Amino acid sequence: MTSDDLESISVLGDPVRRALYRFVAEQGRDVGRNEAAEATGVQRTLAAHHLDKLVEAGLLEAGFRRLSGRAGPGGGRPAKVYRRVREERAVSLPPRDYRTLALVLAETVDLLGGEEKAEEAARRAGERLAAADAASGDLMEVLRARGYEPYEEDGRVRLRNCPFHVLADSHPLLVCSMNLALCEGLLAGLGETGVAATLDPRPEECCVAFSKPSKNNVD
Amino acid sequence: MHLAQLNVAHLREPLDSPALADFLAALGPIYQVSDAAPGFVWRMKEGDEPTDLIQHDYGPMLVVNLSVWESRETLWNFIYRSAHLEVMRRRRQWFHRIAEPYTVMWWVPEGHLPPLDEAMARLDLLRTQGPGPEAFTFKDFYDSSAAACLPAAAEVTK
Repeated sequence: MTSDDLESISVLGDPVRRALYRFVAEQGRDVGRNEAAEATGVQRTLAAHHLDKLVEAGLLEAGFRRLSGRAGPGGGRPAKVYRRVREERAVSLPPRDYRTLALVLAETVDLLGGEEKAEEAARRAGERLAAADAASGDLMEVLRARGYEPYEEDGRVRLRNCPFHVLADSHPLLVCSMNLALCEGLLAGLGETGVAATLDPRPEECCVAFSKPSKNNVD
Repeated sequence: MHLAQLNVAHLREPLDSPALADFLAALGPIYQVSDAAPGFVWRMKEGDEPTDLIQHDYGPMLVVNLSVWESRETLWNFIYRSAHLEVMRRRRQWFHRIAEPYTVMWWVPEGHLPPLDEAMARLDLLRTQGPGPEAFTFKDFYDSSAAACLPAAAEVTK
């Protein structure tokens, strides 16, 4: 934990900021001030103030874009837009450092050529996690609770956030294969036999997608 | 500067064996993805068919791929953030695991299409000297600014 991380996160102590941050993060794209204000039910100037505070804290990043979609004269003045910063902030009290150990373990798996064992272990972990979350019994709920930020697109469930981002960056093949196995384990643990998890990565998103949404609860 | 990448893979079975059928079948779709990917510049081809693998003098069990990209990010997005990832995940079915580096990157002046002997020399450099501005990996990456002042780059741009 750095004091920067603690300061950044403390900015979210304000409920309006928290709502704005959550809204921008959930869109997964550039969000304008008007849209953010409307969605959170606050005045535009107040939303603008808080959005800029979130930028100062390093939780959002800002840019300028023509929201009308028209370029050139008549396209309107570029508006200030916001999106979530990709880099994570972490605070742990007392200090814990699972990241360094995870990186060392990933390197060890590589050195030992243990990818298959790692995938098997990830599948079992997925099954256990699903069992622990079985109260809801719903795939979307479980994915949300695990930080994947699922959304529906063209009848498939895609995942906006990679919960293992730092590791997926340093050991992409190993970590994405383990993530797929973990998601397959989640499906097995939930008894979702009609759904298949596949590797279908895109830039800036998680590598796994699901073939069809869960039966009843897709929003 | 553009980014060149070579990777080599050691076949478990000869190319015409049934075990390699899936690999050969995957080549067409993957080359469609790579050739249309943002930042793709060039790849070495032996013929018009995707299964026309690059011919070389390093033995019948070695499969090589050589391509040039605009940036680290565009190459990364093709390798790890496209349909290519799923094919790579299955690599153990077709290829041996090898302990030494099997992929290498280096910067080339724009317009330079590296011949295979240049690429193999870079891989050799990585294997013998470890990563440096002339031969590196995603994990130990070197910016083009470091490579631009190397004598080898000056030689090619003349």
